[in-house]
Amino acid sequence: MIAFLVTTVFIFILYLILTAGSGTLGLWSYEELGAGIVLSLLVGAVSSRFFCKERSVRMANPVRILRLLIYVLILFPLEMARANLDVAYRVITGRIRPGIIRIHPELQTDLGILMLANSITLTPGTLTVAADEKTGDLFIHLINIPEGLEKKEIVKTSDLFSFFDLPAWIRRIAE
Amino acid sequence: MIIEPLIAICIIIGLVFSALGIFGLIRFPDVYTRLHAETKATTFGSIFIGLAVILYALFRWDDAGEGISLAAHVLIGIIILMVTNATGSHAIARAAYKSGQKPDPSVTDALADVEP
Repeated sequence: MIAFLVTTVFIFILYLILTAGSGTLGLWSYEELGAGIVLSLLVGAVSSRFFCKERSVRMANPVRILRLLIYVLILFPLEMARANLDVAYRVITGRIRPGIIRIHPELQTDLGILMLANSITLTPGTLTVAADEKTGDLFIHLINIPEGLEKKEIVKTSDLFSFFDLPAWIRRIAE
Repeated sequence: MIIEPLIAICIIIGLVFSALGIFGLIRFPDVYTRLHAETKATTFGSIFIGLAVILYALFRWDDAGEGISLAAHVLIGIIILMVTNATGSHAIARAAYKSGQKPDPSVTDALADVEP
């Protein structure tokens, strides 16, 4: 039941964003709101089994959503901008030391590992090649490995990011 | 007044990073480094061009309702682009490694111990 409610509310918010600016009632029109409620009830009934597959609704917690917004809107773009400038410099000069390293982020949940792997892949200069499903280790291709880092068998995650400790934030968001 | 220079700056940043992505695609030696240059720089470029469209739609569109609608659609497009770009890059890299494309040149390869 609670999975159905969470799915319905999420889909309805998505519908509201997609139809913003359609009428006079705030930003929406009566027809759009009615159709949105009916459609989200229908889709929520069908897809709550897939959307809340783990039977865990911890991501519906407002504090976690607030942290997720801070992460997506402030912390991650700053990291991405810094890394973009770095990769732009390497494109122009051609100074690269590529290689694959292994990190152990100590995240337990699937969602946490997915968020970290996607953050790493979206940050230029780092690319997740594979994940070890048993231990949660990630294999990361770096475009420029700092001197001495290639000797270590498992690299600390704090060596990957320069401004913020993104794995700690993901642990706060998703676990 | 201030919006139009802002839109122009967003478009210029987007175009510069997209162009750098193409340069990297030609310059870099193997599939992984090319993925770095191409997919990531292109995403940054697309995000900034999307931001320019959002600014234009919110402040320079004649019909306010249509402008908000366009901005919301572009925002959702950017979010979907970020998620699918990360997933797609990972899938390409994994497929390349599985089909025997070793990183070359490379200083270390931790994955070789696990998946020879």
